[in-house]
Amino acid sequence: MVLLSTSEPTGVAYVQTTNLDGESNLKTRYAKQETLQKIPEKENVSGLIKCEKPNRNIYGFQANMEVDGKQVSLGPSNIILRGCELKNTTWAVGVAVYAGSETKAMLNNSGAPSKRSRLETHMNLEIIFLSLFLVALCTVVSVCAAVWLRRHRDELDYLPFYRRKDFSEDEEKNYNYYGWGLEIFFTFLMSVIVFQIMIPISLYISMELVRVGQAYFMIRDAEMYDESSNTRFQCRALNINEDLGQIKYVFSDKTGTLTENMMEFQCASIWGVDYNGGKATSQDQKDGYFVQADGQVLRPKMVVKTDPELLQYVRNGKETKEGSYVHDFFLALAACNTIVPIIVDTPDPTLKLIDYQGESPDEQALVYAAAAYGFMLIERTSGHIVIDIQGERKRFNVLGLHEFDSDRKRMSVILGFPNQSVKVFVKGADTTMFSVIDRSLNTSIIRATEAHLQSYSSIGLRTLVIGMRELSTSEFEEWHSAFEVASTALMGRARLLRKIASNIESNLCILGASGIEDKLQQGVPEAIESLRTAGIKVWVLTGDKQETAISIGYSSKLLTSKMTQVIVNSNSKESCRKSLEDAIIMSKKLTTTSGTTNETGRTLGTGSTPVALIIDGTSLVYILDSELEERLFELACNCSVVLCCRVAPLQKAGIISLVKKRTSDMTLAIGDGANDVSMIQMADVGVGISGQEGRQAVMASDFAMGQFRFLVPLLFVHGHWNYQRMGYMILYNFYRNAVFVLVLFWYVLFTCFTLTTAINEWSSVLYSVIYTSVPTIVVGILDKDLSRLTLLKHPQLYGAGHRDECYNKTLFWITMLDTLYQSVVVFFIPLLAYWGSTIDAASIGDLWTLAVVILVNLHLAMDVIHWNWITHAAIWGSIIATFICVIVIDAIPSLVGYWAIFEIAKTRLFWFCLLAIIVTALIPRFVVKVLYQFYAPCDVQIAREAEKFWAQSQSAAVEVEMSPILDHPRR
Amino acid sequence: MDTNGATTSSTAGGGSTSKSSSKKHSRKPVYSRFTQQELPACKPILTPGLVVEIVDRYDESCVPSNYSNDKLKFIQNPSINKSCVRTLTVPKLMKSPVFIYYQLDNYYQNHRRYVKSRSDKQLRSVSDEKSTTDCSPEDKTVDGPIVPCGLVAWSLFNDTYWFSVNSKTIEVNKHDIAWKSDKEHKFGSNVYPKNFQSGGLIGGAKLNSSVPLSKQEDLMVWMRTAALPTFRKLYGKIEQDLQANEKIQVVIQNNYNTYSFSGKKKLVLSTTSWIGGKNDFLGIAYIIVGGLCLFLAVCFILLYVIKPRPLGDPSYLSWNRSPAGHPN
Repeated sequence: MVLLSTSEPTGVAYVQTTNLDGESNLKTRYAKQETLQKIPEKENVSGLIKCEKPNRNIYGFQANMEVDGKQVSLGPSNIILRGCELKNTTWAVGVAVYAGSETKAMLNNSGAPSKRSRLETHMNLEIIFLSLFLVALCTVVSVCAAVWLRRHRDELDYLPFYRRKDFSEDEEKNYNYYGWGLEIFFTFLMSVIVFQIMIPISLYISMELVRVGQAYFMIRDAEMYDESSNTRFQCRALNINEDLGQIKYVFSDKTGTLTENMMEFQCASIWGVDYNGGKATSQDQKDGYFVQADGQVLRPKMVVKTDPELLQYVRNGKETKEGSYVHDFFLALAACNTIVPIIVDTPDPTLKLIDYQGESPDEQALVYAAAAYGFMLIERTSGHIVIDIQGERKRFNVLGLHEFDSDRKRMSVILGFPNQSVKVFVKGADTTMFSVIDRSLNTSIIRATEAHLQSYSSIGLRTLVIGMRELSTSEFEEWHSAFEVASTALMGRARLLRKIASNIESNLCILGASGIEDKLQQGVPEAIESLRTAGIKVWVLTGDKQETAISIGYSSKLLTSKMTQVIVNSNSKESCRKSLEDAIIMSKKLTTTSGTTNETGRTLGTGSTPVALIIDGTSLVYILDSELEERLFELACNCSVVLCCRVAPLQKAGIISLVKKRTSDMTLAIGDGANDVSMIQMADVGVGISGQEGRQAVMASDFAMGQFRFLVPLLFVHGHWNYQRMGYMILYNFYRNAVFVLVLFWYVLFTCFTLTTAINEWSSVLYSVIYTSVPTIVVGILDKDLSRLTLLKHPQLYGAGHRDECYNKTLFWITMLDTLYQSVVVFFIPLLAYWGSTIDAASIGDLWTLAVVILVNLHLAMDVIHWNWITHAAIWGSIIATFICVIVIDAIPSLVGYWAIFEIAKTRLFWFCLLAIIVTALIPRFVVKVLYQFYAPCDVQIAREAEKFWAQSQSAAVEVEMSPILDHPRR
Repeated sequence: MDTNGATTSSTAGGGSTSKSSSKKHSRKPVYSRFTQQELPACKPILTPGLVVEIVDRYDESCVPSNYSNDKLKFIQNPSINKSCVRTLTVPKLMKSPVFIYYQLDNYYQNHRRYVKSRSDKQLRSVSDEKSTTDCSPEDKTVDGPIVPCGLVAWSLFNDTYWFSVNSKTIEVNKHDIAWKSDKEHKFGSNVYPKNFQSGGLIGGAKLNSSVPLSKQEDLMVWMRTAALPTFRKLYGKIEQDLQANEKIQVVIQNNYNTYSFSGKKKLVLSTTSWIGGKNDFLGIAYIIVGGLCLFLAVCFILLYVIKPRPLGDPSYLSWNRSPAGHPN
């Protein structure tokens, strides 16, 4: 929407763009002077706007407006995008230029893709194998049937068990025989029907049930409950629970995700003295500073902790030299900003709170800090500001204001003091400030401040340097006239203003520096630390400025001073390519040099030099969707940390898709704002933080939680468990169904390939419904391979998911081999034991049914790690339920197998067969398992043992020595 | 093992001395089977319990030599006398009861066409007489539905055997050869055979239409379709001991046609043991599996003694392991 007019006389509209880029500060948008006056009178304005085609770039806009015959150019500062919120502006009138799906916000939405878990994708491949196997089985049966029919073609008419001819009518005709071609076809179709259990349809249902169960426990996890916002963990997508166990890349938003989006003034260095607010603040300061006026108490909305020593200086006033510097310092903090104080009513009529609203959260923090030290900004208009200094209200004229811009990286304000003196206060980033500070003055102080700045930034504080200069009248006049000219200039106004600003911002006298903490969420550095220990790569994608991003990187321990930073800031494709190539060479050099030191100095334990890549959005514009992607990925792979700053929402998604395209590793995106939506949707797993920034991220996410640190239990505990459970469950379900089908298949080989099943049809149906379904679901929900404590203590255990330890091709084929063996045992032991006996089909069918069910359930029981009463009930209950079902089915007189189970259960041979089947079938699996666990244990296995035995050894060390070592703790 | 269910009674000798006049002061112990140590008990005696089995294949030899090239013609001609005499020698003492089986080889009683061709409803009650849909082509004749219908009943085995030792007939008990449950519930006592074996092709035995199905035990045995293509069916029981080296004369009515599909027919006389009939497989399987388990157990013990691994030692964790090699 092109702004035409606003409630502010200057045509300014304050907007908040959290939903677009995640920055929660206020931004200013201007209506053009030409249209500004027209609207209030409600006269018709006719004009023509020519604008570029709808695009995704939220930081760019180019258009022309023709009003009253005048050409007016429009830029990004003249439009309000969809998704912005008006703040401190009563109304704004504009012309909509893009609407509906053509708005920039909508174009930045990548649409919600349907997500499917990686395990499931793999599983689908294996299901194709199984389908092929099924087809093979059916083909074998049909071919054999064909051969049999062919060889006995002359006998078929009279064969007592075939009887092709029907003699009941006068003329002989074939009965139920359609030529052997069709017979083969029917055999094939019938075998598909009989063997279709091979494709575990029930697996999908059990998987859904298991995921619901897992989600239930994730939601109810007390460790993922956020007390401050009273939010539980939310499971919004049900089909990717197990992906949480295989995450390799974490893409994190910064604002609101890593940080609380709250700046806090921490310490200041004034006139070379470090005032570190770290000292204990006494109780009386808890309420903070307040001002009493007209019987009303004004208090800043936020309480900042103060340094008592510094407070003392402030109270003493200007008398001492230090005091005057301190005074000026805080004055600068209170004045040199664009903060708008808003007085908010509280239920208590005598108490009012001052809420500082402004573009930059840093400024907010500084103003709150100044207020806490008694320099409370009360009122700001375009012409003057009112500051309450130690209870004394002073009015300063704002003679000029040079806003912050990214080239100068500083801002300045020119204040006319009540005593007619004029001072310019400048605050800005240390890099640019030291160049404009008069180095000849107070070198020692400058040096001290520099040292302080160093120490501040090393602990992750955002630093600003504040300088001041008194202007002589002539200087002021000169500046004033230049400023007047520049601000009314039509062409190149910004350039002119910049030039004037840099003129006046020179030869400053240093006042000090401030350290602001971008408050990290609780537990973020620890969380990032353990994520990295687990082998997860953490990439931070933020819409913030590079400096901010880097400082947050330091404070969240993402970046360390040991790391070499590679910074890519380019604004053309060529320079991008060049810097990327340089960076690759450099990172390779670093890694190879560290590699060589590693080889020679392994015993010394020197680590490699980690490389951190820092790249900004402008460079990404040229890199994404071009051939440079490959290079960026190569570079990023060499780096242990990647920080992307100033990225647009869609670029975040672009980076994720870049990683997704080139690796098969799982990606997780975590964010809280609407600007993270496309990234959340693009990643394999999207996590939304239900924070202050609205609900869009949560709505788009698969999982939502209150705090970033919950990512650790989510991934390490629940992710690990879910992955392990689901992986096992899929394999087990394949096995379970295949064993049954193979038993059916073997039998078919002994029935002239005619798809007779000895196992009762009812049992076939109930097999995957009642006989074996409940235990897998229970185990899928409740089994735990390791306790929560161990998993959190050793984040490395998460690597099991990275290495696909619980579900991979090898495991699948081993399981299938085992399945084949077990089915052979189940089928052939009774077959040989009963060969040439009076056994009837129903009885031996019951034997096979029971044998398979008991075997399959015991197989599961052998693999269960965490036994609790529900598991016991499910497994043993299933076996008992099977017996009951078989008995009930055999008690129906109209079925062929009437009373068979009772007749066969009377014989001892039946029970001996059952025992022989189960023991023989489980031996190989047991042996392999024992050997594997004992001589090639995986990390999870050792941790499990440690959990069991080392816990005891803490209390009774001797007993461990003596206890007979069970080589399989689960039994 | 052989169990003998009889209990021996020990006389209660304690009561003889205390024959006092007054019943009140009788010191005679109250009789209970427990105090008198007369609880019913089973007394296992470990005996080898060998199963004695005589198997005689007669399908080939019971065809006269002039028909040996065209056995089908022989079996299909109803006018030829098909009786055939065989002599069996009892190798060892066969204790009563001796079970008589007929064994058919290569006979697919589990063929899908065959097992489906029956009507269990019809066998149970008269009212379901007409439910013969699954039975075709042996479902009905012009006179009405066939009872029992279907291929299974149609192909009822009809060879018969007479046994004699030294020209003295041995009684064959053909009662209780079928399951009790079949007699009581599955085959109706008011269902009589109807129109059975009256079609163009005679498949096997005819049934006495005045005897209800619940008494036709041969039919019940036959209708319990065998699970495997080689199967035995109980024919009857000889309830007398057969002495070793006794010669048994068997007169076989060789009626059943297995020649059309080169199936074998065998006559089996067998005793049983506690585990059932003669089949060595399970015994061998147990020995092999048991031996394997023992071997594995010894291996595991040896492995544990020779190359133990401390359980739960964190130094074995992959990230703690030194790249140089295992610290063992």
